[in-house]
Amino acid sequence: MHARTLGLAAAAACLAMPVYAAVVLGDAAGSYTISQAGSAIRFTIGKAGGGGFDGAFARFKGTIRIDNNDVGRSKVDLTIYPESVGTGQGRIDAFLRSDAVFDAANSPEIQFRSTSVTRTGDTTALVTGRLTARGKTFPEKFNAELDGLKGGTIKFHVTGKVLRSRYGMDVGTPLYSNVVDFDMTLTGRRG
Amino acid sequence: MQTITNTATRYGWASIVLHWLVGLIFIGQFILGFVMVRTSSQRTAFELIQLHKSLGFLLLGLIILRIAWRLGNATPPLPPSVGTLERRTAPLAHLALYAFQLALPLSGWALVSVSTLEIPSMPFNLFVMPNLPLPESDAAESFWASAHWYLAYASIALVALHICAALRHHFLLRDSVLTRMITPSSAGE
Repeated sequence: MHARTLGLAAAAACLAMPVYAAVVLGDAAGSYTISQAGSAIRFTIGKAGGGGFDGAFARFKGTIRIDNNDVGRSKVDLTIYPESVGTGQGRIDAFLRSDAVFDAANSPEIQFRSTSVTRTGDTTALVTGRLTARGKTFPEKFNAELDGLKGGTIKFHVTGKVLRSRYGMDVGTPLYSNVVDFDMTLTGRRG
Repeated sequence: MQTITNTATRYGWASIVLHWLVGLIFIGQFILGFVMVRTSSQRTAFELIQLHKSLGFLLLGLIILRIAWRLGNATPPLPPSVGTLERRTAPLAHLALYAFQLALPLSGWALVSVSTLEIPSMPFNLFVMPNLPLPESDAAESFWASAHWYLAYASIALVALHICAALRHHFLLRDSVLTRMITPSSAGE
C-alpha cells in the first residue's frame, strides 16, 4: 500500500518534470569555454535623482563545468579585464580605469571563482563564489538561468548585485549607488 | 538686537556676516577651482569638484539672500572722506561685484547641467539639485566651462581691486569704510 503510493508519486513527479530539465541534466554536462562572441557582461549603476549609467566589459574569459550527476559540483570561473570597460563616454571610461575605480594598471583582472552551485528551479541555479577585485575578495551570489542549449553551445543569463564599496571602489557614493547591477549573457562552447 | 539691520549711518550684523561669509566662500571657491582642475588623482579631483559644486549652491543661496537684504535695507552712505571720483565709481564696482556673485554660481550650474558626463548635483550629499533646463552637448559644455572660467578671472581682478580699496581706506585715508564692515558699533560717526 505504502510502496504503491510512493511509486505513484514518483511516476507523477516524473511526468510533471519539464522536458527541458531532463534535457539539461542529460545533455548539458561537460566543460565549456566562455566565448566573447555571443557573450556580454553589462552593468548598471543607479544615480541620485533617477536614471543611471550603463557599461559593459568587452574582454573576459572563463569556463563553465556542469556536473552530470551532481549539479552542486558544477563550477564557473570568470576573469574580466577592467581595462576593457566601456560606457559610451570616453571621459567616464578613463575615470573607471584610473585608480579612482578599477586601477586597471595595477589590478588588471577581476576574478570570480564559484564555490557552490545550487539548483533553484528547472532551468535556474544560484551560483555562489568568491569575487576578487583590487586585491579584495568577498563572497558574492549570482542567479543563472539556462537560456539555450544547442549543439555544443550553452547559453546562460546571469544577474546579480555587487556592493562596490567593499572593493575599494566607493568613489561617488551616494551620488552614484553603491549597488552595481550585473546583467550578463554567457555563451559557452564545449571543449 | 537693534544692530542686526542697517541704519542710515552704519551696517548691521546681517549685512556684515553675509559680506564676510560670501567673501570667504567666494575666495575659497577660487582656490578650490584652481586646485581641483590640477589634481592628478582622479578620485580626489572628483571629490573636490563635488565640494566646489556644493559650495557654489550654498553661495547662490547666500547671495540671493544678500541681494534681498540689500534691497530691503538702508545702505549707509560713504563717509565724507571719499572723493568725487570714487563716490561715482564705487557703486558701479559694487554693482559689478553683485553681478559676478550671481553669474559665477549660475554659470557653474549651467555647466553641470549641460555636461555630457551627466553627473548629478547633490549639495553636501543632502538633496538632489535639479539641472537647469538646458540641452546637454559637448559644445554647450565647453562654452559654459569657458564662461565660468572667464567670469572667475574677472571676479578675481574685481575682488582684488575691492580688497585694495578697503585697505587703502583703512591704512592711507584712515576712514571708517573698512571698520564699518567689521562691527556695527565701530563706525557710528
